Amino acid sequence: MRLADNYEKNGDLIVTTLYDYARRIANQVTVVKDQGRDWDQLIDDLVTSKYFGYPLMFLLLGVVFWITIVGANCPSQLLSDLFFWFEGQLTFVFQLVQAPEWLYGLLVLGVYRGLSWVVSVMLPPMAIFFPLFTLLEDLGYLPRVAFNLDHLFKRSGAHGKMSLTMSMGFGCNAAGVIAARIIESPRERLIAILTNNFVPCNGRFPGLIAMSSMFMAVGISMASSSLVSALVVASIVITGIMITLAISWLLSRTLLKGESSSFTLELPPYRKPQVITVLIRSFFDRTIFVLWRAVKVAAPAGALIWFLANITVGEYSFIAYLADFLDPLGRIMGLDGVILLAFILGLPANEIVIPIMVMTYLSEGAMIELDSLSAFRQLLLDQGWTWLTALNFMLFSLLHFPCGTTLLTIKKETGSKKWTILAAVLPTIVGIIVCTVIAWIVG
Amino acid sequence: MLMIISLDQLPVGESGIVTVIDAHGLTRRRLLDLGLVPGTVVKTIRKSPAGDPIAYLIRGSIVALRVNDSKQISIKPFSEVAINE
Amino acid sequence: MSDYLISLAGNPNTGKSTVFNRLTGLKQHTGNWPGKTVLQAWGFYRYQNEQYTLVDLPGTYSLLAHSPEEQVARDFICFGQPDATVVVVDATSLERNLNLVLQVLEITSQVVVCLNLVDEAKRKNIQVNAAKLGDELGVPVVETVARRGIGLKELQEQIHLLVHGKIKTNPLKIHYPPELENKISDLIKQLHYLPESLNKRWVALRLLEGDQSILRGIQEVTRLAFS
Repeated sequence: MRLADNYEKNGDLIVTTLYDYARRIANQVTVVKDQGRDWDQLIDDLVTSKYFGYPLMFLLLGVVFWITIVGANCPSQLLSDLFFWFEGQLTFVFQLVQAPEWLYGLLVLGVYRGLSWVVSVMLPPMAIFFPLFTLLEDLGYLPRVAFNLDHLFKRSGAHGKMSLTMSMGFGCNAAGVIAARIIESPRERLIAILTNNFVPCNGRFPGLIAMSSMFMAVGISMASSSLVSALVVASIVITGIMITLAISWLLSRTLLKGESSSFTLELPPYRKPQVITVLIRSFFDRTIFVLWRAVKVAAPAGALIWFLANITVGEYSFIAYLADFLDPLGRIMGLDGVILLAFILGLPANEIVIPIMVMTYLSEGAMIELDSLSAFRQLLLDQGWTWLTALNFMLFSLLHFPCGTTLLTIKKETGSKKWTILAAVLPTIVGIIVCTVIAWIVG
Repeated sequence: MLMIISLDQLPVGESGIVTVIDAHGLTRRRLLDLGLVPGTVVKTIRKSPAGDPIAYLIRGSIVALRVNDSKQISIKPFSEVAINE
Repeated sequence: MSDYLISLAGNPNTGKSTVFNRLTGLKQHTGNWPGKTVLQAWGFYRYQNEQYTLVDLPGTYSLLAHSPEEQVARDFICFGQPDATVVVVDATSLERNLNLVLQVLEITSQVVVCLNLVDEAKRKNIQVNAAKLGDELGVPVVETVARRGIGLKELQEQIHLLVHGKIKTNPLKIHYPPELENKISDLIKQLHYLPESLNKRWVALRLLEGDQSILRGIQEVTRLAFS
């Protein structure tokens, strides 16, 4: 008998014996009375049903976005009012002590404005989205999503657990990349790492939400406009999922050839979520964590942008030259140079892409008080934005290189420069192609 | 008459006893870890919308397996066991 | 400096991380899917003026080291020399969970079983006789509802009694079929060079099923023992 067969036979005997003991003891100490109605089965019948399974999933996704958008509106406005009131106070202090103009510009117009944008735009949606998502997680719904979607992943040569790493990616792509450790096979793990960025992380959500409410849902009543924005954001997410599957398919037929390996997924019983604990934990663990990271990056970035915008070479500012240089490519993609520059300078964190864009636009044009979405919309319209620009902005936000933190994480997890570079180049190419094609079709 | 079918053929709601596990290497070990050994009672609980994977009740837990894997598990459906005994 | 090192093992979805959070007060997210805790989490608590370090091991169905998580969990219980191991068990699915408990008992006798989710079991009309389970396994069994903090003081008390040698455990011995038992006793004779801290019967079992990863762990421990 071969050694391997021997091992297998011994292994079988060991497992069988252990499970025999387990069953015997369990039967001796457990009394099961009438089980009554099994709610778990009833819920599962519905959420994994052939006809309702998928629609329910997308409905739930839509509802989560809708609650986030509707709920974030008011606190966002309040925070932004508060920050602008404080900016007035700061300005007063700076004038009082007769601080030099450049210091005022750097600290107040650069650092402070960058910070206040990040906090007022990001905090409310995060404080709503994260707890909602964590509730679904605690409830036990996510494994059902993996169950429903697995055959799509299998056909793309990917692992079913990838839907779980993607779910983590909604929070933070770096976390999603780390979560890929739950996938045992190296080939499928790499696919999960390389494609995680196609799920819009929390740093990109506020931008998607702002764009869709400003440009995709105008001229209709308040109630239905938030519904339309929710649908637009949901479609962007679904686009991301489809691109994930397509790229996985491509990778498993080219660079990462191979069959999908075996996979087992437990469907645990539903648990009543610990609502209070979830609220507190997701606020401190996720919201504050992500926000703090963004703030740490936004402050120096704000200063840097202010410098770039105020150092003039000849007639124009440095930032204007950079934007000008990128403008031809931006135009082809239905965007402009400033937007591309914002994405490039936003490498440290996706959260600061929009603040950079705004500051760059403002440094070129008139100073306005950007105290509401409608003022923001007006600014963009003045810069020649149309709904197409907004759409391509959303798509490029979905389809471009991951943020610096995520790239570092990918480098650490794969231990390879090659895969890290691919993880940056792949989505960028996809983004350039998608935006260009859409701009070409519409134009 | 003895009827042995592969696990993926077991209809929803039916139970059976595992007779042979024809998987090897890592797949076999993962199945064993779940308590899938010859003699284990398995019940088909539900199919996913696409029909693959399929969820089974294995030792008190619900576990989903892909058809590729469940094909390698032979079982004797309960109705057959009853007739033979 | 901590007085005692306690490892926390359990299947996925047993509320293990909730037990961990409740005991240590460390805020850490608990998920509802396997493999959530791939990284080990550490936490501390004080009981009766002594400091305990609690290590949250990855949730696994077994310790046969078929996946990275299982290997991490097994290596810690086996080579990390914890003063005690707490195995968190889901009362609603005892059979599956006992498989892991039995495997832990094969490695170490310093075990406390935390029978969690008893409220959920009650709701499903499942009654588990904890005292009888303790008799069968030969180690303390504590009933808990971790999410509401019920039973955790008792768990700490049992850990305290165990590490101070005030409870003598008498763990259940697994008897394998004769053909395997013969191979085990043959192999144990050849393992006399192993350090005392290693359970030779357990090592023999792993070698018999062709576990490669165990050899690395043994080398490490042997090197430490002789140096």
